[in-house]
Amino acid sequence: MSLARSVRPRFLPQEQADDVDAAPPAAVRAAPSRFLPRALMAPAVITLFLWMIVPLAMTLYFSTVHYNLMQPGEKTFLGLENFEFFVTDPDFGPSVWNTVVLLGSVIAITVVGGIGLALLVDAPFPGRGIVRVLLISPFFVMPTANALLWKHMMMNPIYGVLAQVWGFFGATPVDWLTNHPLFSVIVIVAWQWLPFACLIFITSLQSLDRDQMEAAGMDGANPLQKFWHLTLPHLGRPIAVVVMIEMIFLLSVFAEIFTTTGGGPGNESTNVAFLIFKQALMNFDVGVASAGALFAVVLANIAAVFLIRLVGKNLD
Amino acid sequence: MKALALAVRTFFAWGITLLVVFPLIWLALTAFKTELQAIAVPPQLFFTPTLESFIEVNSRSDYLHHAWNSILTSVASTIVGLAIAAPAAYSMAFFRTKRTRDILMWMLSTKMMPAVGALVPVYVMAQTAGLLDTRFALIVVFTLSNLPIMVWMLYSGFKEIPPDILEAARMDGASVWGEFWNVIRPLALGTLASTALLCLVLSWNEAFWSLNLSSAKAGTLATLIASYSSPEGLFWAKLSAASLLAIAPIVVVGWFSQKQLVQGLTFGAVK
Repeated sequence: MSLARSVRPRFLPQEQADDVDAAPPAAVRAAPSRFLPRALMAPAVITLFLWMIVPLAMTLYFSTVHYNLMQPGEKTFLGLENFEFFVTDPDFGPSVWNTVVLLGSVIAITVVGGIGLALLVDAPFPGRGIVRVLLISPFFVMPTANALLWKHMMMNPIYGVLAQVWGFFGATPVDWLTNHPLFSVIVIVAWQWLPFACLIFITSLQSLDRDQMEAAGMDGANPLQKFWHLTLPHLGRPIAVVVMIEMIFLLSVFAEIFTTTGGGPGNESTNVAFLIFKQALMNFDVGVASAGALFAVVLANIAAVFLIRLVGKNLD
Repeated sequence: MKALALAVRTFFAWGITLLVVFPLIWLALTAFKTELQAIAVPPQLFFTPTLESFIEVNSRSDYLHHAWNSILTSVASTIVGLAIAAPAAYSMAFFRTKRTRDILMWMLSTKMMPAVGALVPVYVMAQTAGLLDTRFALIVVFTLSNLPIMVWMLYSGFKEIPPDILEAARMDGASVWGEFWNVIRPLALGTLASTALLCLVLSWNEAFWSLNLSSAKAGTLATLIASYSSPEGLFWAKLSAASLLAIAPIVVVGWFSQKQLVQGLTFGAVK
């Protein structure tokens, strides 16, 4: 018993550890050693550690050598030459710009649209359950199917639905993917992520204080004031979460570009992720691609730091 | 007045929702058309449905092959992931130490690494090991990229189990395994199920790694669908049928796991 008492508190949260001193638990089994919890955790920790550190170390190394998959042989040390090459690539500037535009537009569309949709389906109306289920659906569509659905059936300049609608109103159908490639990719990606944002805002609105809303209404607040002073502050945290999660995922938008525009025409819809892919698997230049990858990691970490802080606050 | 407001809201909610999901509805309709009907001008809303495209898609053996790859990789990565994540989450939830929080945060941070940052090394490693275009490579990568989310979801689920129950089980002399299997598993069945579902959805839809690491042999449905991207030949009905078969099961799974999905994807930051 005394053994249990001396060992167990280490593994309990503070408040429970205090309880143990007041009323020792009648655990009969031998007190767990430190070994068991660690052994149980080891596989997950070790595999994740390797998953993180091995690629990172290799990327760091590759980024400093000349390494082309088509030219096996010596990997000569280049210093920072790969970085220089990646950054001075004429596609680099546009790809960074495209990444930022894609990220910013999709986030803006999904946050504003998501809040609007969530508010619309928050109050009861006939068929609300079905509407919510329908609204969520695009998020579960695999990115390649989503992209091709838009590329062919929606945006095809002759047979696509949009072309038909344009034609119906007497307008000249637009060749979306050729003339507005980045905009098209933004539409495709936003369509996928709007339900995600919407779902999170719907969930969050459910915990909104109804009494407070009612009281505000009785005090003569109009719907706009209620939204501005009560709903929006309540949504502050979910908005931050949506922005950061989308930042992390959308930084690497790949399948949607790969299947629709292939980054083109020219570099008009090439983002950083696609540029790295092109360097690695189309130009076979591992060194330059690795330098680009490190750049992408740095970009992602800026978003990650904020998200981790926010989630960390929620842990306690 | 109230009735009018309700009518207006109902109209807009349904109208906008149907507009948002229109592409999916269109996909489902096109899947039951012939190739000629699929590209008809003006588009046909009413037509005699045919299963032609489904039959054709299924008779191409590569469809079944890719579907099998999808099932195998997503199920295997889910099972392996659970086997690794559950003990870790159990350990963190019931033997909490000062470091538990740091470990959780660190696991979360590994998920923040953009996939493209690891593309080159993972590709080179797979190539060196002769694992390019194998299901094994996909299972490993899917498992690893889902692992942090799984640990997090299981951890927050296990935390809800009152420690008293475990204490009682220990008094009765349950072993660690007995405690896990007889006490925690039944109580956390919901958590385990929703974690598995989320993992299935993520692996099934995964496109970055499957496009880069696999092709004809180990390619999943995501890669098969991507092969329809060529502009030559307008096989919209077949593309729609193949897409519908590929997304329908997972969309249905998604409907049932919405709430868990929010928690899992936001790491519990939104409740």
